[in-house]
Amino acid sequence: MTRPRPEPVQVVKQRRDAALSALVHGVPYIRFLGIEFDRRGDELTAIMPFDEKLIGNPMLPALHGGATAAFLEVTAIIGLGWSMLWEEMENGKLDPLAVDAQHLPRLPKTIDFTVDYLRSGLPRDAYARARVNRSGRRYASVHVEGWQDNRNRLFAQATGHFLMPPPRNG
Amino acid sequence: MTDSKAKIARQFIEAIPHSRALGMRVDHLQDGVAEISMPYDEALVGDPQTGVIHGGAVSALMDTCCGAAVICHPEAMSATATIDLRIDYMRPATPGQRIAARAECYHVTRTVAFVRATAMDEDRKRPVATATGAFTVERARETAK
Repeated sequence: MTRPRPEPVQVVKQRRDAALSALVHGVPYIRFLGIEFDRRGDELTAIMPFDEKLIGNPMLPALHGGATAAFLEVTAIIGLGWSMLWEEMENGKLDPLAVDAQHLPRLPKTIDFTVDYLRSGLPRDAYARARVNRSGRRYASVHVEGWQDNRNRLFAQATGHFLMPPPRNG
Repeated sequence: MTDSKAKIARQFIEAIPHSRALGMRVDHLQDGVAEISMPYDEALVGDPQTGVIHGGAVSALMDTCCGAAVICHPEAMSATATIDLRIDYMRPATPGQRIAARAECYHVTRTVAFVRATAMDEDRKRPVATATGAFTVERARETAK
């Protein structure tokens, strides 16, 4: 039995990064908040660089609860969308070169989203990771953790339920 | 609520950088009830195929409006911080329409304020989203007994 030669690493990386970039950069609101995603294999870390316009309390100063909520919600939706895209891309069902701003995969829709504010958000960069706890044909449940300087000191966490987009081509 | 207190609360809310960045406008403030609205803006779109505003922007409006309802409650003063906030999304907001939120601070204890809110677009019969949240209460320092 012969095994096909593995693809060159650059080809694999370029394909995955291009698909992620199309997914993230096609959404105006993600650009508005300045959120970027760092990829290690299939694991994503969202980064929201500090900006004055994210401030909610100028006296402290602290991040706006709404900016924090939006950051965690973006992380959850992209995390879930990425996990679906990853599967289609790796099993060859989807040609990542066909993914661009005009042909974005449909993203899941938020049903509900609950944010716990654990500490005030400092005027620094924020990071978040999403964990898909359940992903069915129609519904998904996702948990998100957000932190700043210390990974073990979360400043916010969230749980949300999402409606999955209908499968491609019917 | 006195006019001067309402004026201070309004100025306080309108000075919040993130709320300004989203174009929020304070429409009404009175005794634990706040109405704040946000114009449609292409920069806030979450689904480029439909032009629907991202849920996160609606969350920011809800959070600001709930916080405003706490600040203008007669028993809770000055600043507040969100403890938790749950948003239920009923339907996508219609692209091009202003989104208006109304929040009511319906119960206040010594330390916690409970708030609920509804967000509407121009169709006033079907809510876009509802929210419930708990906020911190920071009272003016009580006089020594």
